[in-house]
Amino acid sequence: MKKALLLGDEAIGQGAIDAGISGIYAYPGTPSTEIMEYVQRSPKAKANNVHARWSANEKTATEAALGMSYAGKRAIVCMKHVGLNVAADPFMNSAITGTNGGLVIAVADDPSMHSSQNEQDSRYYGKFAQIPVLEPSNQQEAYDMTRDAFELSEKYGVPVLLRVTTRLAHSRYGVELSEPLKPNDLHLPGDPKQFVLLPSIAKRRYKILLGVQEHIEEDSENSRYNKYIEGKDKSLGIITTGIAFNYLMENFPDGASPYPVLKIGQYPLPKDAVNKIFKETEELLVLEEGYPFVEEYLRGVIESGHKIHGRLDGTVPRDGELNPNIVAKALGKDLPPDYSPPEFLANRPPELCPGCGHRDLYDALNDVMKDYGPQRVFSDIGCYTLGALPPYNAINSCVDMGASITMAKGAADAGVHPSVAVIGDSTFTHSGITGLLDAVNDNTPVTVIILDNAAVAMTGGQPSAGEGRIEQICIGVGVEPEHVRTVIPLPKNHDEMVRVIKEEIEYDGVSVVIAQRECIQTLVARKKRMRKKK
Amino acid sequence: MKKDIILAGVGGQGILSVAAVIGLAALDYGLEIKQSEVHGMSQRGGAVVSHLRISDSTIHSDLIPEGTADMILSVEPLEALRYLNFLKKDGWIISNTKPFVNIPDYPPVEKILEEINSLPNSLTINADGIAKALKSPRSSNIVMVGAASPYLDIPVENIENGIRQIFGRKGETVVELNIAALHKGREFALGEK
Repeated sequence: MKKALLLGDEAIGQGAIDAGISGIYAYPGTPSTEIMEYVQRSPKAKANNVHARWSANEKTATEAALGMSYAGKRAIVCMKHVGLNVAADPFMNSAITGTNGGLVIAVADDPSMHSSQNEQDSRYYGKFAQIPVLEPSNQQEAYDMTRDAFELSEKYGVPVLLRVTTRLAHSRYGVELSEPLKPNDLHLPGDPKQFVLLPSIAKRRYKILLGVQEHIEEDSENSRYNKYIEGKDKSLGIITTGIAFNYLMENFPDGASPYPVLKIGQYPLPKDAVNKIFKETEELLVLEEGYPFVEEYLRGVIESGHKIHGRLDGTVPRDGELNPNIVAKALGKDLPPDYSPPEFLANRPPELCPGCGHRDLYDALNDVMKDYGPQRVFSDIGCYTLGALPPYNAINSCVDMGASITMAKGAADAGVHPSVAVIGDSTFTHSGITGLLDAVNDNTPVTVIILDNAAVAMTGGQPSAGEGRIEQICIGVGVEPEHVRTVIPLPKNHDEMVRVIKEEIEYDGVSVVIAQRECIQTLVARKKRMRKKK
Repeated sequence: MKKDIILAGVGGQGILSVAAVIGLAALDYGLEIKQSEVHGMSQRGGAVVSHLRISDSTIHSDLIPEGTADMILSVEPLEALRYLNFLKKDGWIISNTKPFVNIPDYPPVEKILEEINSLPNSLTINADGIAKALKSPRSSNIVMVGAASPYLDIPVENIENGIRQIFGRKGETVVELNIAALHKGREFALGEK
């Protein structure tokens, strides 16, 4: 059978389509974006009438997916690791309500923070919610596990977390596809109160979740994704999770480890298999992408006298993603490379695109702020975060989606004036609107600059949830209409932008300046498409 | 058979097309490939790298181990040097000579080329110049594929098929221009051999 060449993310998308999903919900975020994009492009998904639209944020996406599960249909929701923080509320509670149609939460972690503000490990969330977690080691498993995740979800009536990391998400390999399944028919939950988490019902539902635990543990024990591979040399036993297995095998060119290996792909941890490798070998090496999740679990607090190597004893670095060399070193097989980059090599950090409107806005903002003093600009997550770097050095915070407005508010409450927030249109609709409402209700003297480029630009120009309605939203939230100003960030409008920002900073209340110009990347792509149509 | 290639460049220079052409050529020739790429923030004018692994048997790691790459193929000279720790001792370093200067501390290009040419197996080529002469300046990355082609152990016909698959939907003219770019790069490399 001919294999499809798929990114890990695409394999998840194809797996979900072939599992018969009726909907996919997501907010873009590297390294998870391509799951939704793949489904949106897929003719098969179109033929199945799969609902595949971006949501305003990860919380709304997760709730919509839960609603689809309520209706008896299969749904997947996708996000990056920090997106799960936003979705944590519905995520945790969906474990208590349980599911009706299969529900899979696909989360892409970003160890080494290639495109993120932290490297949190989503497996803890899986344990926190007490649901099964699947972690593929390669693209084929990403496909197979996605399909199986829906089965697991429907078998035990709980959502299933599917965790990948950057390298698998963004690496392609041949994937063998299996027979697609038909979407579920609409069927409402047998118990009309299942999803009503009033305390009396929630207590009952929670006991059901606790009762499921022994079954999902047993499922892990028998899972084909948890594999014990025999090895002759019992001086060491190796436990791998996810793609760590590939890095391990890379170090054994004949494709066989001399040591016993326990390859983990499904959690909760299979206790029998872990005990087996613990008893059979003298020392353990734990290789996992992310936090020392398994390692910590094995170590516990009671001294066993058994040596366990991994991230906690320095055998593997405490932070950052794994690679074949780190694993080689842990095995004592590392060879220094023959060459190293010359000392005169200069760094080449990312930068705002030439012609990007953010550049013009920052030029104007810097001109304004030099009269007020430094460190008064709070910003957010998006391309414009690059304004923190030279030559702009224009912003002083980037914490989480929407935090610019609320941090500017808190700083203003503390007496910082002026207090300015810089946020993108999509980040604003994701998590900024409620913060603006707080500022309005308090009449806090803050100036909010919304960089409206009509796209989720950093992740590739996905449509923005509030496109064309940013001004209306601000007025609707209660900002005085005369203090919702619009400027066009172009070099020729520099003086006007300076004047408008200054006027709004001088206003003693909530003001919004919308800097409105299409993302240069989406503009080019749109023009190309238009030329093609002609 | 195994070919591990580090593809280097600056975001927006089209190294993913280079990866796709070589990857599809390898598949067309009946080999397996695994290819990791960079998405997200660094695509905005920053350094980007792709690990392309070609083999006739199972490929485990998505990343090439340091000190084992058979080739560094770079569409920009400074970027060719960034991943030198990946190159194996007798590996090839093949680079475009045209610098992409978007940083204030860009080192003198002569110094960069000197460093590249001091390696035992190196090839530097003015891919931008060749592409311009073909009146197809955007094909400079495919000129680089051509320059690498004598060292890939993949027949040139399969690489042409790779180009057809990538550029086919853009029309026959684009395909022909890129196949011409491939051969110009290849001729140059063979002439230097």
